[in-house]
Amino acid sequence: MLDTELRTMIDGVKDGRMDRRAFVQRMIGLGLTAPMATQLLAIGGVAMAETPSPYKPTKRGGGGPLKLLWWQGPTLLNPHFATGTKDQDGSRLFYEPLACWDPDGNMKLVLAAEIPSLQNGGLSADGKSVTWKLKPGVKWHDGKPFTADDVVFNWEYASDPATSALTIATYRDITVEKVDDLTVRILFKNPTPFWADAFVGAPNAIIPKHLFADYKGAKSREAPNNLSPIGTGPYKFIEFKPGDLVRGELNPDYHMPNRPYFDTVEMKGGGDAVSAARAVIQTGEYDFGYNIQVEDDVLLRLEKGGKGKAIYAVGGDTEFIALNFTDPNTEVDGERSSIKTKHPLFSDPAVRKALSLLVDREAVKKVIYGRAGRTTANFLNGPEKFVSKNTTWEFSIEKASKILDDAGWKPGADGIREKDGKKLKLLYQTSINGPRQKTQAIVKQACQKAGIDVELKSVVASVFFSSDVGNPDTYAKFYADIEMFQIPMTQPDPTQHMRRFISANVTTKENKWQGQNFPRYVNKEYDALVAAAESEVDPVKRASLYIKANDLLIQDTVFIPVQHRLKVEAAANTLRPVVSGWANETDNLFDWYREATG
Amino acid sequence: MSQYILRRLLIAVPSLLGISLVLFVVLALAPGDPFSELATNPNVPPEVGAALRAKFGLDDPIYLRYVHWLSAMVQGDWGFSFVSRMNVGALILQRVPVTLYVIGSAQLLALVIAIPIGVYAAMRPYSLFDQVANTLAFIGFSLPTFFTGLLFILVFSVKLDWLPFVYTTDIKGTGIAWLGEQIRQAIMPVMVLGLFQAASMTRFVRSAVLDVIRLDYVTTARAKGLGQATVIVKHVLRNAMIPVVTLIALQIPAVFGGAIVTEQIFRIPGIGSLLISSILANDTPVVMAVTFVFAGLVVLFNLIADVLYGWLDPRISLR
Repeated sequence: MLDTELRTMIDGVKDGRMDRRAFVQRMIGLGLTAPMATQLLAIGGVAMAETPSPYKPTKRGGGGPLKLLWWQGPTLLNPHFATGTKDQDGSRLFYEPLACWDPDGNMKLVLAAEIPSLQNGGLSADGKSVTWKLKPGVKWHDGKPFTADDVVFNWEYASDPATSALTIATYRDITVEKVDDLTVRILFKNPTPFWADAFVGAPNAIIPKHLFADYKGAKSREAPNNLSPIGTGPYKFIEFKPGDLVRGELNPDYHMPNRPYFDTVEMKGGGDAVSAARAVIQTGEYDFGYNIQVEDDVLLRLEKGGKGKAIYAVGGDTEFIALNFTDPNTEVDGERSSIKTKHPLFSDPAVRKALSLLVDREAVKKVIYGRAGRTTANFLNGPEKFVSKNTTWEFSIEKASKILDDAGWKPGADGIREKDGKKLKLLYQTSINGPRQKTQAIVKQACQKAGIDVELKSVVASVFFSSDVGNPDTYAKFYADIEMFQIPMTQPDPTQHMRRFISANVTTKENKWQGQNFPRYVNKEYDALVAAAESEVDPVKRASLYIKANDLLIQDTVFIPVQHRLKVEAAANTLRPVVSGWANETDNLFDWYREATG
Repeated sequence: MSQYILRRLLIAVPSLLGISLVLFVVLALAPGDPFSELATNPNVPPEVGAALRAKFGLDDPIYLRYVHWLSAMVQGDWGFSFVSRMNVGALILQRVPVTLYVIGSAQLLALVIAIPIGVYAAMRPYSLFDQVANTLAFIGFSLPTFFTGLLFILVFSVKLDWLPFVYTTDIKGTGIAWLGEQIRQAIMPVMVLGLFQAASMTRFVRSAVLDVIRLDYVTTARAKGLGQATVIVKHVLRNAMIPVVTLIALQIPAVFGGAIVTEQIFRIPGIGSLLISSILANDTPVVMAVTFVFAGLVVLFNLIADVLYGWLDPRISLR
């Protein structure tokens, strides 16, 4: 039903019977994000146009300094080596990709001249190639011209395993060829519905061939330009102190008219999120602070000062509780949480269902996340095209107790439910982080009332998220019954997100716990759905496949979604930043300006 | 004297080696690794993380890594930071000027406050001034620097809006304006740190002077008719300062270690904050280099303190 309705609408837009805007609104109504709605149109055969930019100033420069506060300062400035968003954000001041995502999830052109579509021949009907046309007349900061050779070089540089580029996954399965000086073609082995991965967004910014050609492969870390970037971006590099400061000045030859607005940009690093919020919102020393992971009531108090405010961007980041489908307390061949075991309590679906009724998402939102969180019943919360409308969530201790009673879990003498000699005792682990510890307390309380005994454990973030083979406290080892954290969605497409949980990716000792299916969930139906979705070119069918996959994860209670988290930043009242939930904070920096009044 | 110095230097070498071995082993055994952020990044396949670990030699056995590190250190190559892929020596040198400026000023401020107050309090023991000075000193070193730091920020930055609380290393402009700006942003961290140090030093100076002031030769000097000022400066201080000078000499390596908490609060890019962020990121080369430098400085200044003590007090003979 969903399919035909969508198809009718797409045809309507194609024939001009329906307005593009109206289509996107309807899609949002159906629960699809704008990026997906636009992609639906693109592959459905409608030419894509960029949304008009909110940028007001009519001349370049004159805006004075822009002071940014990143409480984790960038440590290197080569996007191919960026270990986290902070490095990508710093590099993005100087380097640019072909396109990026705007707050609505639509594609915004940067170095590309037009958005590839079926109409203009940019996309091939079989989904196996994309042709990008580059903007003419773009120069690197040292005056050399930007051409297709640079784009092809980036592919060679990143896909060479000796370079050890962290962007290798994006580039190693594709082939990039130069068609002419201003045109490149990307060829995929299999039909790739989400073609906007390579060269799109801050993580995939483009570095110049003429400065890095000698540093491909094993010599990659010796390139002097790793620490003094020459890019095509709105700002030219001045100085860099790792972990502390990045400075840039206006690029007078920037290829977008009337931009950038600010004369200099300074990105300061260090400290913590609360003092960053204070420096932007209370004292106004800085114009913008990124990733303000602070409780909402603290932010509200700071905002009373009147110099700045918290701003929010919607993406697809979901804070979830994952259930372990294997037994963390039994050791098989020297491995705990082995795929050869089954979880003694969670193999009873009633227990899983009861647990999903014991997470008070409304309280978590009210007390902890405030404006930065939304309650959700889905694991996949974006782009809107892929958000399922078939799931609901509920918080009811009575219902949970009833389900457990009916399944035979009766409270013992100490109030803890038990059945066949097994007690309902759970170990709940997460990383050390104020909001997370508070969430744990809320969940534990509800579980106690339903007769489930919960033990809380919190691990230092640098250990919890490490890939250290020797450490038992990592999220991948999952030596606990349930764990809670967030996997950020770095692009407006669910492919990478959902691909993790197929049976082939189960985390085992054999693959050194590098497999990404940490709940160790094995379901042939899920595997089939994901496999079908990855090669499905019809966007409508693809969306419904991913929706079904999400529903399966929720039905089987592999994940209990806690909050759909928004990105929180702090901005001065006079600043007009452009922040997208699908892009890095500095991805749209060229469109930032300041207005005289707050 | 020179024999003594030579012998001490020779002894210093094996102790430094021992220190470096312990440091290295502890760091190698610590959990976590520099590439932890890669684990949750869906875009980074596990083979890249593994390749990086192999490239930086993280998979070699501990003794091999130690030998590599030691031979490189001896040749002057302090290694490459895993995190920022920059020369460690350059990284440290970037931070030295700020550290010297802020932390060094704090130590100077501490001295300037502690010595006069300590001496005056000792001159009039148990008087009102002494009682007040003692109480303030106790309060001073009981309050942790993160508390006083936050207090200062709330009062001077938020309420009064007089001073900036984020430290920037690049202030444009020259001359008086530049100097004024540098002083403005350094006032709060220097005060926080300086007052904390001054509190403990005041007590120490006071007790050192008290010990000397009641000795017979001071009474003789006064009886001779010398003015109070001359008695204090020429006779009392010269003896009282001996332990104080050695204390100061031993505290100088701390200047280089930086004041970690203060640097975090005010975002001062000093060596202390470099150490903390490298430890959190498991960036072994940087941690090794910074702690090794720190250890070397401690050994050196211990030696200087001993020599100074022997030179100032002729009764001590160095053997």
